[in-house]
Amino acid sequence: MPEVMHRKLERTATGFMLAIIAAASVGGIVEIAPLFTIDDTVEAAPDMRLYTPLELAGRDIYVREGCYACHSQMIRTLRDEVERYGPYSLAVESQYDHPMLWGSKRTGPDLARIGGKYSDFWHVNHLNNPRDVVPESNMPSYRWLGTTPLKLSDLPLALRAQRAVGVPYTDAMIENAARDAYGQAVPDSEQSSGVTERYGEATQISAFDGVTTNVTEMDALVAYLQVLGQLTRAAYENPAAPQQMPDPDD
Amino acid sequence: MMQLTTGERQLGAIVLIALAILGIAMAAAGRTDVLGIHGAMVLLYSLALLFLLFSSAFGPEPSPARLTRYYDDPIKVGVGLTLFWAIFGMFIGVWAAAQLAWPILNFDTSWASFGRIRPAHTSGVIFGFGGNALITTSFHVVQRTSRARLADQFSPWFVLFGFNLFCLIAVSGYFLGVTQSKEYAEAEWYADIWLVIVWVTYFVLYVRTLALRKEPHIYVANWYYMAFIIVVAILHIVNNLAVPLSFAHAKSYTIWAGVQDSMVQWWYGHNAVAFFLTAGFLAMLYYYLPKRAERPIFSYRLSILSFWGITFFYMWAGSHHLHYTALPHWVQNLGMTFSVMLLVPSWASAGNALLTLNGAWHKVRDDATLRFIMMAAFFYGLSTFEGSFLAIRPVNSLSHYTDWTVGHVHAGALGWVAMITFGSLYTLVPAIWKRERMYSAALVEVHFWLALVGTLIYVFAMWNSGIIQGLMWRTYSPDNTLVYSFLDTLLAMYPYYIARAFGGLLFLIGAIVAAYNIWMTVRAPSAAQLPLDEDLPASDRPLDGAAPTPAE
Repeated sequence: MPEVMHRKLERTATGFMLAIIAAASVGGIVEIAPLFTIDDTVEAAPDMRLYTPLELAGRDIYVREGCYACHSQMIRTLRDEVERYGPYSLAVESQYDHPMLWGSKRTGPDLARIGGKYSDFWHVNHLNNPRDVVPESNMPSYRWLGTTPLKLSDLPLALRAQRAVGVPYTDAMIENAARDAYGQAVPDSEQSSGVTERYGEATQISAFDGVTTNVTEMDALVAYLQVLGQLTRAAYENPAAPQQMPDPDD
Repeated sequence: MMQLTTGERQLGAIVLIALAILGIAMAAAGRTDVLGIHGAMVLLYSLALLFLLFSSAFGPEPSPARLTRYYDDPIKVGVGLTLFWAIFGMFIGVWAAAQLAWPILNFDTSWASFGRIRPAHTSGVIFGFGGNALITTSFHVVQRTSRARLADQFSPWFVLFGFNLFCLIAVSGYFLGVTQSKEYAEAEWYADIWLVIVWVTYFVLYVRTLALRKEPHIYVANWYYMAFIIVVAILHIVNNLAVPLSFAHAKSYTIWAGVQDSMVQWWYGHNAVAFFLTAGFLAMLYYYLPKRAERPIFSYRLSILSFWGITFFYMWAGSHHLHYTALPHWVQNLGMTFSVMLLVPSWASAGNALLTLNGAWHKVRDDATLRFIMMAAFFYGLSTFEGSFLAIRPVNSLSHYTDWTVGHVHAGALGWVAMITFGSLYTLVPAIWKRERMYSAALVEVHFWLALVGTLIYVFAMWNSGIIQGLMWRTYSPDNTLVYSFLDTLLAMYPYYIARAFGGLLFLIGAIVAAYNIWMTVRAPSAAQLPLDEDLPASDRPLDGAAPTPAE
């Protein structure tokens, strides 16, 4: 009689708690553990590059400002989403994302492939006051980003912590993190060449916020937005749904 | 006032001094980081509590007679904290809702922009309001159903004030831009570690009190409180594993990445709903409903079925938040399957609650407090049905990323969680303060209608906006092109955003009415002293009411 058994169980707190732990553990173990062991959970993308220190700093600002509360970065495998935003997102595209920013709500549009779709100038204007470029927008304005200097000194620590959780940053990348952030936001400076050397020729070097005398949080955030969907071509070369990747130089 | 013995006062002083030193260390190490601000807050918080402690430190030893009574002082403070966080969290919610309609309402400040106040709202209501309500009622229920006094007098205060320190650090952090961005687990690493310490103390206190019980069986409400305490600990620890930049920085990176992180996050996120916002509140339902209705729980078997069903099934359901994403299909399918199966134990609970009211429906008509509890059970049934429905893949393709999800969450949060809490508070407050009844039954009635109408306006607005936007996103013209730009679909949302803010405002006003009513109840002279033996742990008299004995 299960009912009699239960009457016995509910007379002992320890037994009851062990039963709770047992019952509650199964689901998580079955669903989470295989995601680390089944190889085709994450596709291969040999061309995948890492976030530069400036882009990582921009990502941290994206997290800090809670952008994920209104913008997803996950294009679902649905026809209308692929036609609106671009090829559907692959797991490999966020393999270095600690944490992932897939989001759960689209008060604004998806940003998984926003990189290269608008100019730096547009992004800066839009962030300063979204209603200047999209009059009906309900997005907050982020004016202070352009006047707040980016804290470059924390970047080596940030890259080191990223490496500790599994992102393959090299010693040279960690050592030069602050230099590289400066070099990416100040084109033609002596620090710029190191950025492409370490992160690849495709890295965008630009005065993102239009000012080259200092590196601001605006530089970092725009650099991050411009690299979204650009770290690998895997989604565009996906045989199930091949598409043309937007070219940032257009 | 707090009945603390000299030893307990000394222990309290040592813990608070240690905490103050920790605050100084954080402030010094993090002086160039936001961590420093939190260090200063920890310092001030512990100094304020030290002041409170010392102001009664040299009083006489409490009488040994106290041990023959329940220990209700922490519950009284807990009620106040619950109401404070309710009003704070709901106010931030109304503000955030209004910003979506009128974006100018952040006044161009960083700290009040939507992305920062949104987690302040969710943490404020879930952890501040919900968490304090759970801790407070669990202290009440575990004593009454075990007929035992809380195992000691120090741990309840440590749990209560420690948990509120966590809430304070978490919520203030979001305004300052300190967040992990993991939904409903935004607090950073140091707050997370602190919560683990508080939670272990809570667990130990709970188990020790159960061990003192004079009832051979553990009553069903305690099953749910135990599941709440244990599973929340597991979820919290696994989801929040992270590496900070350094011990002088607030910022950390989670050890999970990409697709695995998404699964861990929604395994956590959905089970925060299950074990924070459902299990603990079902515990309230199983105690305060039979108490208030003066009817035994309809079916003991249904209680067992729904408890184990919820504990086992819920943990599989999280992946329904990730339909059509880069999460492998097999996990999505498991999540969908278990979410649909969850309807069985969920409706077993809701049905058990509503059937308990058979024979007491005239009381539901006359007593707004019981009506709160009844309506909570009804909304529990409604939102669990909706949850299973939204977890079905094709339905989710429409609803996901839209306001429908927000509406669903609020049908649960306002209709179920908040209503069962207020119903429980209106039952608990007169009992704890030894009053015959609440200060004003009419105000309870007013609160009930404000809460119900507010919830309905909110939920209908979000159903409409969510379904409309979902449909607009996928509308094709005859020549196979998308008809609406994203902006078109946003424009269609504005009327609903205004309606939603209004519905939320009504609910907030209701909470303020509740706080006033409870304050006046506490202030009223305790004219009608309940006979003491009605409410004693040690008496041999069988417990009154049906609550603590399972129905046959």
